[in-house]
Amino acid sequence: MPLLEVNDLKTHFRTDDGVVRAVDGVSFAVDKGQTLGIVGESGSGKSVTCLTIMGLNPRRSAMSSGQALWKGEDLLTASPRRLREIRGSEIAMIFQDPMTSLNPVHKIGDQLAEAMRLHEDVSKKQARARALELLKAVGIPRPERRLDDYPHQFSGGMRQRVMIAMALINNPDLLIADEPTTALDVTTQAQILTLIEKLQEEFGSAVIMITHDLGVVAEIADDVVVMYAAEVAEKGGVEQIFKKPHHPYTWGLMGSLPRLDADVERLVQIQGQPPSLLRPPAGCRFHPRCPYVMPICKEVDPVLAAVSDDPGHLQACHLDEETKDREAAKLLAGMMAEAS
Amino acid sequence: MWAFVLFVAVTIVTYIIFYAIPADPARLACGQRATAECIKRAAHYLGTDRPLYVQYGKFFGRLMPASFRGGPHLKEPSLGRSFTNRLSVNYVVGQAAPVTASLVFGGAVFWMLIALPVGILSALRPRSLLDRISMVFVLIGISAHPVWIGLLFAYFFGFKLGAFPITGYCDFLHPSGTCGGPVQWAYHLFLPWCTFAILFAALYVRMIRANVMEALNEDYVRTARAKGAPEWLVMRSHVLRNALLPIVTMLGMDIGLALGGAIFTESVYGLPGLGKTAINAIENFDLPVTQGIVVFATLCIIVFNLMVDLLYAVIDPRIRLS
Repeated sequence: MPLLEVNDLKTHFRTDDGVVRAVDGVSFAVDKGQTLGIVGESGSGKSVTCLTIMGLNPRRSAMSSGQALWKGEDLLTASPRRLREIRGSEIAMIFQDPMTSLNPVHKIGDQLAEAMRLHEDVSKKQARARALELLKAVGIPRPERRLDDYPHQFSGGMRQRVMIAMALINNPDLLIADEPTTALDVTTQAQILTLIEKLQEEFGSAVIMITHDLGVVAEIADDVVVMYAAEVAEKGGVEQIFKKPHHPYTWGLMGSLPRLDADVERLVQIQGQPPSLLRPPAGCRFHPRCPYVMPICKEVDPVLAAVSDDPGHLQACHLDEETKDREAAKLLAGMMAEAS
Repeated sequence: MWAFVLFVAVTIVTYIIFYAIPADPARLACGQRATAECIKRAAHYLGTDRPLYVQYGKFFGRLMPASFRGGPHLKEPSLGRSFTNRLSVNYVVGQAAPVTASLVFGGAVFWMLIALPVGILSALRPRSLLDRISMVFVLIGISAHPVWIGLLFAYFFGFKLGAFPITGYCDFLHPSGTCGGPVQWAYHLFLPWCTFAILFAALYVRMIRANVMEALNEDYVRTARAKGAPEWLVMRSHVLRNALLPIVTMLGMDIGLALGGAIFTESVYGLPGLGKTAINAIENFDLPVTQGIVVFATLCIIVFNLMVDLLYAVIDPRIRLS
């Protein structure tokens, strides 16, 4: 049994303009100790997927259906009390913007200790000792002095380290990282990623890494889910996705990766804007932007199906496999040529 | 430094306005059929025959806590004497200030007691029935003039129901006859408190509601929930702690401002506070008393602003170090 199994997850928000289908039938699974990368543009539903799993969507406007089985227990139907028990102790989450994710009026040490004392019956002293240990583990210099500092005394990278320390303080089985490096500068990004990888090994946690950066995914993920407009466009092992991408959207993402080794005038970009989730386009949601669009794409929404020679690799596109093989090979050849 | 400049500016403006008013306190002092002789003597006696800058200089000299006349020595700052009844202005202000203070502090307690729960609850349940009702209350509170509200309250609760006294003030500490002591004090002030509190309660409900709603959407509140914190803890330690920071500032400044005279409420209920004293003084062209109240009001604002700044440093760690 996988650690977390998400089946046909849907999250819709009621707004004044109508129902926004932020997540529309997403399925994936995470095994113990594994890393799953969820990739997609802003607004493709990757964050909402994870917030739904955590039960952190606004209760008033969000409606969810489907299943999110955590060790066999459905989180969508779990009581708020049970969810609170799981949150922070079994599943922990770190967020995109470390500058605003820590409470400005409480000391770092207290915020870390709070995370521990919510779940374990320990004294303040013990919690503080554990907080110190974690700050050390995430590489904060002179941690014993920094426990009594406030968030504004930390830089962005340091704050994200504090967030990671806070998430790991109860030894969670799953760490959800929602674009943990987006708000940081490039050198800090690399440090934070290495840190997450290192700690993942140490703590044995599984990780869901939400990102719009394929480079990050290539570096640390075992499995990849590519999301587009609230749906899964393609998913599979990291090798499968990068060696033989099957969906034109994935090609677009790969084509728009900046490369140090190639001398290009402009980055290739996917034309157009992601569609409105209030009224998504009929048929395949990618068809208005797809360079390979066919008449059928405008009418029939493709189902997520296994690639014929590779059952672990799923994709949702009407194109015939021959064309896909050819285009994927062309893309890869192009990338190879640039590299050489 | 800033406070001193403000203080000087405010007092000078008061002097200039009084100078510009085409009325002569000396003529007033002599009664209806004033002789030129009397006016001249009165003017000399009151000091109004001297140029404006001399008058101001004298006023300022009296206010300084040190004097150099007859050798340097410390003295009690004085605001001078009233033009109309020769009472020391210090005494007049000293009599009126506790009345206004009672009204303002009691009123502040009232409006916070109303605004805190209503504001927080309507932030938690936006668009609910409670939120809509509080919205109506806020509109009424902001639009309705305190005099009108005061008269309504006095008519219904004071006159029709006879539940509360319509006018008058009872001292908290020094009873005079049956009127005195904390119970009578509160009893007499109940209607003024309500009247005074309504406008502010309305403003504060909106402020608190907006602040709490904003804080509820903060990332760190989501972080707290992600830690598995129960809702009451999220509210207390993460939402309210941050949402109420600006309210503290506002409260301090509003109290400082209101201490200068809650003119309307005091007039309606006949409370002998600073506002009413100021109106009487202006009607009688009694410059020293008016000036005394202006000085006192300015001091209140300055002191309360300072207190707010100091308090803020205690409750907001971001201010402390930067």
